[in-house]
Amino acid sequence: MKSRIPVVLLACGSFNPITNMHLRLFEVARDHLHQTGMYQVIAGIISPVNDKYGKKDLVAARHRVAMARLALQTSDWIRVDPWESEQVQWLETVKVLRHHHRELLRSLPQKEGLDRGKAHPAAPTGKGYSLQPLSPFNHGTLLNASVPELKLLCGADVLKTFQTPNLWKDAHIQEIVEKFGLVCVGRAGHDAERYILGLPILQKYQHNIHLAREPVQNEISATYIRRALSQGQSVKYLLPDAVIAYIKDHNLYTKDSSWKDNNT
Amino acid sequence: MENSEKTELVLLACGSFNPITNMHLRLFELAKDYMNGTGKYKVIKGIISPVGDAYKKKGLISAHHRVFMAQLSTKNSEWVEVDTWESLQKEWVETAQVLRHHQEKLEASSCGNEQGSPVLERPGRKRKWAEQRQDFSQKKSLEPKTKGVPKVKLLCGADLLESFGVPNLWKSEDITQIVRDYGLICITRAGNDAQKFIYESDVLWKYQNNIHLVNEWITNDISSTKIRQALRRGQSIRYLVPDLVQEYIEKHDLYTSESEERNVGVILAPLQRNMAEANS
Repeated sequence: MKSRIPVVLLACGSFNPITNMHLRLFEVARDHLHQTGMYQVIAGIISPVNDKYGKKDLVAARHRVAMARLALQTSDWIRVDPWESEQVQWLETVKVLRHHHRELLRSLPQKEGLDRGKAHPAAPTGKGYSLQPLSPFNHGTLLNASVPELKLLCGADVLKTFQTPNLWKDAHIQEIVEKFGLVCVGRAGHDAERYILGLPILQKYQHNIHLAREPVQNEISATYIRRALSQGQSVKYLLPDAVIAYIKDHNLYTKDSSWKDNNT
Repeated sequence: MENSEKTELVLLACGSFNPITNMHLRLFELAKDYMNGTGKYKVIKGIISPVGDAYKKKGLISAHHRVFMAQLSTKNSEWVEVDTWESLQKEWVETAQVLRHHQEKLEASSCGNEQGSPVLERPGRKRKWAEQRQDFSQKKSLEPKTKGVPKVKLLCGADLLESFGVPNLWKSEDITQIVRDYGLICITRAGNDAQKFIYESDVLWKYQNNIHLVNEWITNDISSTKIRQALRRGQSIRYLVPDLVQEYIEKHDLYTSESEERNVGVILAPLQRNMAEANS
């Protein structure tokens, strides 16, 4: 049986705050890749952006990381990685991909064959890249065929931003789709397909762009969440309860705090 | 409107809840924020009333599962609860009757020497309804004064509103009763469609002040039908339903191709009943 390629999904973004929609992206992407028969998703990483990104209303990274951690408490395959947020400056997405790819390779067994089946604690949080015990997926062909791939997970809206002038370096877009690959979750296939057709570099690496369809129309934008919170409205069932509790405990996203952000 | 009389409200949602989803739960939150926000109402309770098996809808699994999942979902809610009365009836019960049942229950517990309203947050405390008014200034809690018996309103999505137009699905006197005597809180995305629908119906138009349209700005279209479909296809439903519900469904393997075939070829109970009455 042909072995499946192990995949790690990396989602970059503000996560300001994390919502059920963000979490859905991972679930939908994993289902999609598994369904192709070619991939085995072994881990998911949420990488909140650095404070220096300078986006309006962005609360401190330590909060955004903490909230993501709370949201992922009950997930057995997705974790949050604070590396990007802890850097001295804002990092381009491609650099974050490169970093996590290096980490991924570092976590692989040094000796081929002998370490099959052993867990390798790569990530400090413990949800690392444990190599699966022998299974139909990796039996016998554990060597080259199962070097894990790191793919960028995003919504169709991010795909669209590739067209925005000066937002992305061309060389970076190329590296992302050529060396890593994209898993793009959207509703109607049309939008994402149109964006791909609109950019030659995306068209060229179409085979490395996976379009996963989310059957449920689910547009829980963090922007809306912040507005609802500042107006004292309920956001229950849009984000995990633990995250809502954290927001209340730390007085985040209140009317006052957004006023402060606008005036500093 | 200060401590003058806000009308207390109980929001009642009827439906299959097959299964319950985060979208259903959101309806309550949106409705509560909206009605409280008018300054005229105080929402004190939400009730989920799953329909009985006798409804005979396609794919409807056993009521005790649907009730249990709804209960799991509301474990962490301070104000929304599940009521099993409707699901326990042998025959299918019209929505107007469910509303009537709950309104009468509220009236029964409000009158006399039993717990007055609102004691939901302080169980066991007994106050005579008449004493509340005199006790106004001495009341330690910050709860605004409320007038009379709480009113039950039907909480729903625009699809229910528009289902009023489906032949034989609703008795016209039931529709009248619902909008005249109780009232509707309708969560809708496309407010225009709902408004148009009201405009085009004489009875809805007449009682439009009793129909509250609440805009759902976030499109959160988690239909139970799609949930069941995802489950049949082995796809994840995490973060679309409460975790406990997802675990329960998985543990009991509730939704399969077989379960979706239930009641195929059977006429939906309201259609059966209304057509039979029309022919008699």
